[in-house]
Amino acid sequence: MSHAAIHDQHDDHHGAPKGFFQRWCMSTNHKDIGTLYLIFALTMFFIGGSFAMVIRAELFKPGLQLVQPYFFNEMTTLHALVMIFGAIMPAFVGLGNWMIPLMIGAPDMALPRMNNLSFWILPFAFVLLLSTLFLPGGGPAGGWTMYPPLALQSGSLAYVVFAIHLMGISSIMGAINIIATILNMRAPGMDLLKMPVFVWSWLITAFLLIAVMPVLAGAVTMLLTDKYFGTSFFNPGGGGDPVLYQHIFWFFGHPEVYIMILPAFGIISEVIPTFARKPIFGYKAMVFAIASIAFLSFIVWAHHMFAVGLPLGADIFFMYATMLIAVPTGVKVFNWVSTMWGGSMTFETPMLFAIAFVILFTIGGFSGLMLALVPADFQYQDSYFVVAHFHYVLVTGALFAIISATYYWLPKWTGRMYNEFWGKVHFWNSVVWVNVLFFPMHFLGLAGMPRRIPDYNVAFANFNMISSIGGFLFGASQLIFLGVLIHCVFFSKKKAGERAWEGAKGLEWTVPSPAPHHTFDVPPIIHDEELAHGNVNA
Amino acid sequence: MAWATLALASFGSAAQAAPGPWQLNMQRGASTWSPVPYHLNNISLGVCVVIGVLVFGAMFIAMFRFRKSRGAVAEKWSHNTTLEIVWTTIPVIILIVLAYLATGGLTSWADTTGSQMTVKITGYQWKWRYDYISYLGKPIDKVGFMSKLDSQSDQTRQLGSGMDPYAVKVGTENTYLLNVDKPLVVPVDTKIRFLITGGDVIHSWWVPALGWKLDAIPGIVNVAWTNITTPGTYRGQCAELCGQDHGFMPIVVVAKSKADFAKWLAAQETQSAAPAAAPAAAPAAASTAAAPQTAQIAVAPANGKQG
Repeated sequence: MSHAAIHDQHDDHHGAPKGFFQRWCMSTNHKDIGTLYLIFALTMFFIGGSFAMVIRAELFKPGLQLVQPYFFNEMTTLHALVMIFGAIMPAFVGLGNWMIPLMIGAPDMALPRMNNLSFWILPFAFVLLLSTLFLPGGGPAGGWTMYPPLALQSGSLAYVVFAIHLMGISSIMGAINIIATILNMRAPGMDLLKMPVFVWSWLITAFLLIAVMPVLAGAVTMLLTDKYFGTSFFNPGGGGDPVLYQHIFWFFGHPEVYIMILPAFGIISEVIPTFARKPIFGYKAMVFAIASIAFLSFIVWAHHMFAVGLPLGADIFFMYATMLIAVPTGVKVFNWVSTMWGGSMTFETPMLFAIAFVILFTIGGFSGLMLALVPADFQYQDSYFVVAHFHYVLVTGALFAIISATYYWLPKWTGRMYNEFWGKVHFWNSVVWVNVLFFPMHFLGLAGMPRRIPDYNVAFANFNMISSIGGFLFGASQLIFLGVLIHCVFFSKKKAGERAWEGAKGLEWTVPSPAPHHTFDVPPIIHDEELAHGNVNA
Repeated sequence: MAWATLALASFGSAAQAAPGPWQLNMQRGASTWSPVPYHLNNISLGVCVVIGVLVFGAMFIAMFRFRKSRGAVAEKWSHNTTLEIVWTTIPVIILIVLAYLATGGLTSWADTTGSQMTVKITGYQWKWRYDYISYLGKPIDKVGFMSKLDSQSDQTRQLGSGMDPYAVKVGTENTYLLNVDKPLVVPVDTKIRFLITGGDVIHSWWVPALGWKLDAIPGIVNVAWTNITTPGTYRGQCAELCGQDHGFMPIVVVAKSKADFAKWLAAQETQSAAPAAAPAAAPAAASTAAAPQTAQIAVAPANGKQG
């Protein structure tokens, strides 16, 4: 089945189209579309980040100094929506677009035109979403979870719902494309169990996307009809139930959380073996752990709802199911540590971010385990402890993995090496300030500070100020990242070889750097020792 | 890790009811049940710190021993079945212990039988309503009131008020955003059942000293209980985003001795019986059309009034 793929006949096989519009807007090339996704994600990262700066500035000290509470709520809501749907998810899709065909020896994605469509929907979705800030009535302010009845009070609900529909369509098409590519376009000899862990993680993630994005679309459509068409899905006055929305939303929402972390697991499983110069420990266990986490993600949704007053039996079931996730996640962490053990390690920027990922994501996992214990969750729920938890898994987890992947594959994309010194400056600033930013939030939550509040009692002042200082400096540190990227793409003189890293294995390192516009027109001959995980059956 | 150690060190400190500056850990609380989440928090944090020290310790050792710059040569192995079984089994055992402890605590939380008092709590944008339903087997008639942010906090919290949040005090305690015009008054050593519902959107009733929070949802009456052991004033806040003033609808519970509570309740009943003193439930903020206009006790679930 994995014979050389049928090529897009309309493509010029000898290089990228010359015209800007032709090349970028009409592209069917997985590398160019991957680049578009990554640039889009970076842009959204800075927009969402600027919202976070507003939040941290208002929370710098007690009392309202800068913004009205409603605007504060718009900021928290849009920060989440932009970061989740605009930054983290498109960044992973961009990395998948760029790297999956290169890693499995395919000439392009299976459905190149749909690939173009699924990207170009996104800018329109976000224009729709962010335009609400400039419209009368303002943007969404009921939280990214859009719980009714509160969300139904918002005048911008229709904009948000349509924006989410568009994002969902984009994600589903992207997921279909990735599954079709991985299952049909692997080079002969690239068996499923020889694929890089990153490709595995994306294959599983894509199934999660297809399973849950329609559920989200259904939930928000019900909000829309409740508000504008007189239905009562969530209106108790008409026989509906507000909690029903939460069940539907989190049935999407929890797999969504893993959509944002499984590709990160894949990235880390590529980076650590490269810089430890040692094959990944327990390849099959790694793949199986990802699959079991994905399965468990469908049966734990109500752990986001322990405070809504579920029946005792439901609380117990969801607590046990949630705790189970610690086992495969633990296996992954132990395997990463074992991969390092006995290696020959160097600490270039991608490796530094990967190591920080393992440590800090694990801290996020620890607080996740604590949150799973229902009686304790009765205290943690909706407090800053939760804010600390999900920022540890999403910022020092998902985001750090994306940054690690960017440094790791940047030489392959650009043909140039980034500046290692400034990469390390970026790393050390990020890792220090991100902890100053998020660690004190644990204390705030334990002391009783609720989340999503614009102002607080003076008892919470010290840690909020520390957190805000960390936030400003973490935000500023990302400008270093931008500088390193711009320097690498446009100015770096240091050429990267085919195999940009000494210990790098896998098909993507067998093509020139920068990767030419078309690669693997002829399927590569697979040599097991060339693969990152070639000898798993040995 | 230093932070975690510091947090562990703070376990022994006296539990305070109000949040304090630099507070690192959860409070022990002031009810018979509130030590449950406190101990679970401490035990699970302890477990996490031990695992963290082992795993991160191994990582740091690896990072120092197996550096290329120290001449480390990469080994070839990538399996160890025994190890993999061990580190799958040990977490399972730890989880079973934690699950056992948590299940016990949860079951006791869910048991609302045998209560001696019932209070209905209704969340509104952006204030709470408390209706006293029964006490010691006797129904209470017409004792109910709205409870909203105190005026000093309310003036201070306005954007550009120029007022100092540090100046909002009751005695020596800073009560900025944690004080109300009329607190919920309850007796100590009494199993109190709370019926919690929402009048417009979803709110969440959270007093950390009681050890739990529970959502106030339109159309649903949630049930929880507490039994406060120490007289005192316990402060909390709404814990579910409920609109622009979500951060400004605190909760204050004043626990009195049984004798003092009986006096307070009698005074309330007399007050509401006398027509002259009727405006007990001032329909406070004009912004909430959904707020009931009388002090009558509404036992039926509030109809969700939605925009």
